[in-house]
Amino acid sequence: MAEARGGSLQRSMQNHFELFGLEPAYALEPERLERAYREIQAKIHPDRFAHAGDAERRASMQWTTRVNEAYRMLRDPALRARYLLELNGVDVALETNTAMPAEFLIRQMEQREALELAAAERDAGALARMRTALRIEKRELQDAIAEQIDARRDYARAADPVRKLMFLDKLDAEIDAAFETMEG
Amino acid sequence: MSLLQISEPGQSPAPHEHRLAVGIDLGTTNSLVATVRNGVATVLPDEQGRPLLPSIVRYLPGSKVEVGYAAQAHQSDDPKNTIASVKRFMGRGLKDVAYVENSPYDFVDAPGMLQLRTAAGVKSPVEISAEILKVLRARAEASLGGNLVGAVITVPAYFDDAQRQATKDAATLAGINVLRLLNEPTAAAIAYGLEHAAEGVYAVFDLGGGTFDISILKLSRGVFEVLATNGDAALGGDDFDHRVFCWALEEARLPPVQPRDMRLLHAKAREAKEALTYHGEAPMTARLSTGEFVDVTLSTEAFCRITQHLVQKTLGPTRKALRDAGLGVNDIQGVVMVGGATRMPQIQRAVGELFQRDPLNNLDPDKVVALGAAMQANVLAGNRFQGEDWLLLDVIPLSLGIETMGGLVERIIPRNSTIPTARAQEFTTFKDGQGAMSFHVVQGERELVSDCRSLARFELHGIPPMSAGAGRVRVTFQVDADGLLSITAKEKSTGVEASIAVKPSYGLTDAEIERMLRDSVEHAKDDMHARALQENRVEGERLADAVRAALAADSALLSPAERAAIEERLSVLRKLLPGMDHRAIKQASEALNRATDDFAARRMDASVRRALAGQKIANLDA
Repeated sequence: MAEARGGSLQRSMQNHFELFGLEPAYALEPERLERAYREIQAKIHPDRFAHAGDAERRASMQWTTRVNEAYRMLRDPALRARYLLELNGVDVALETNTAMPAEFLIRQMEQREALELAAAERDAGALARMRTALRIEKRELQDAIAEQIDARRDYARAADPVRKLMFLDKLDAEIDAAFETMEG
Repeated sequence: MSLLQISEPGQSPAPHEHRLAVGIDLGTTNSLVATVRNGVATVLPDEQGRPLLPSIVRYLPGSKVEVGYAAQAHQSDDPKNTIASVKRFMGRGLKDVAYVENSPYDFVDAPGMLQLRTAAGVKSPVEISAEILKVLRARAEASLGGNLVGAVITVPAYFDDAQRQATKDAATLAGINVLRLLNEPTAAAIAYGLEHAAEGVYAVFDLGGGTFDISILKLSRGVFEVLATNGDAALGGDDFDHRVFCWALEEARLPPVQPRDMRLLHAKAREAKEALTYHGEAPMTARLSTGEFVDVTLSTEAFCRITQHLVQKTLGPTRKALRDAGLGVNDIQGVVMVGGATRMPQIQRAVGELFQRDPLNNLDPDKVVALGAAMQANVLAGNRFQGEDWLLLDVIPLSLGIETMGGLVERIIPRNSTIPTARAQEFTTFKDGQGAMSFHVVQGERELVSDCRSLARFELHGIPPMSAGAGRVRVTFQVDADGLLSITAKEKSTGVEASIAVKPSYGLTDAEIERMLRDSVEHAKDDMHARALQENRVEGERLADAVRAALAADSALLSPAERAAIEERLSVLRKLLPGMDHRAIKQASEALNRATDDFAARRMDASVRRALAGQKIANLDA
């Protein structure tokens, strides 16, 4: 069990899924991820080492930072998908890729215009309706991603719905921002 | 709540050695110190049995300082030298502070943080806060009969990095080892959650004397997880007093008044505000130094009208926190009210309307934060009672970023990230042969740098000559469990690595803290050496204990030679501890720390393995 060098477990871990004892897959049980996250946190969190020496406090902070980052990525559907594609050699590269289907981009523009209008008219009801529709659309994309990644293992094909999901997440954040502006 | 068992053999201290640790609520209006005795959290009162210490410091000519009630008694007759609500100035520049024109103080604008000119010289808010902390520390040590191993000090959840750093510096100056800076609503949630065995999602609405926080927490199986936090670090009961003060001036048709009358009228305004909690109207009478007589009556209706916008200012952040948590009001199990200002009926009403339920007021809003901090201090010091423990997962309240071209902010760590957290971002050179890059670190939610709080500026020099875009600098932001930021930057394209650590510009340098320490010690006619000896001994004992426990639990992770090397340094330190040479103790502690670096990392690995093995899911050794 003794290792050649301390801290080697962090380096030897292949990916975030391994950290939580999960199979690398898009579909996951949030409760299981949360349980694993909390089990690890309970052992390594800086609060457990507040009275320890500098070395242990530092090691604890580094591990906890890593665990928090892994948890953040796996918990979020778009980040988890993007991460799985990266593990399998597919770069989603949202910023440089312009090959989004024209109809999708046009609909995005329409939705943004509708958002601006609702914000300008301070129409909270319209914003809430947009959000509900958006959530449904996102769930459909997540199903498509699960199908491509988990069932077909076609990672290149999965890139398209993943990009769309990232677009919709941005729109979701803009709806939040619109609510905030409205509330002053 | 059934608590998660997380103690391990060899980790808990021997039952007889109870480490003295306290929780300190360093409030805008009042401060408190509390501790856990026989498993029960209690506030430690002063010799007269008073639990609260008014957060007021009075400087007299020479080196005499009065703190608390003694200072409060001179608020009106010595307004310039009697500093109240200093928390509002922590980590703040002059331009950040509201109603400077209505303050009786003699402000000195200084880069980073303002200062105040007093009869005892120019003082920074950090030094003034340290005076309050010193009194609380002395109270605790007298009451508990020994030196403190450390304290948990609470800060508003919405405090930014500058304000947190200033608070930690004040504790250092007061000779307090900070076990953790703990967010006030989180401290309240611990006290509430443990007392009421609460499970589910709760909102903590904390309106204090000068700060407002709203935190949404999930309480389950011994875990306190902050889902989102928001607030206003410059909104509190003080602002309601100020509105009443302005109203009274208008009502009595008075011209601007002198500093001492300003203080008097503010005190009267506070009394009227407090009276309205129980009565329909409150008289305000005062004889001013000019001989003029003020006699007005404030009705509940007028009070609500003149403070309506302040009540509204709490609701926006509350909605934002809910949205950031991805929750609606129906998901909230209960709203816990904290802070003296939540006693105001219009606040109770507004919160009740927003959440569509009656707020929970079954805690003493003045004490609950200190009690929760004491419970956390007890855990952090390693005094677990009955092998029970809990896990606290908190977040950073405001986004951290770096200025990019055109005065825009590149967000690096978004708000509500669970701490500790780290995030890196690469920046490239934009000119051929560019030898240096400069960075501007900001905190806040706005797109424009000018709307955010400037935290630090730093430059990275020594970038080798390269064509534009070829030089790559990786900037890493690390936020620790106290919510404090540290930054490193590395140039890496050529394999030549330059690296720097940045201490934000508003923070005090180590040299400044040392100077202030020297000043304060000289004034107290204390012995610098005795103090250093005591601090290094406490620190050395803490370390020796920790290493002993680690060896007892996990020596299997070491080869015999490695173990012998650590034990040798441990025995060197233990021999030096009873001696008088504080430098030697410090050096031996540092040597022991270095010697256990690798061991600590292996122990952490082993802990992760055990956690995973406990889930019977994966075998990482396979």
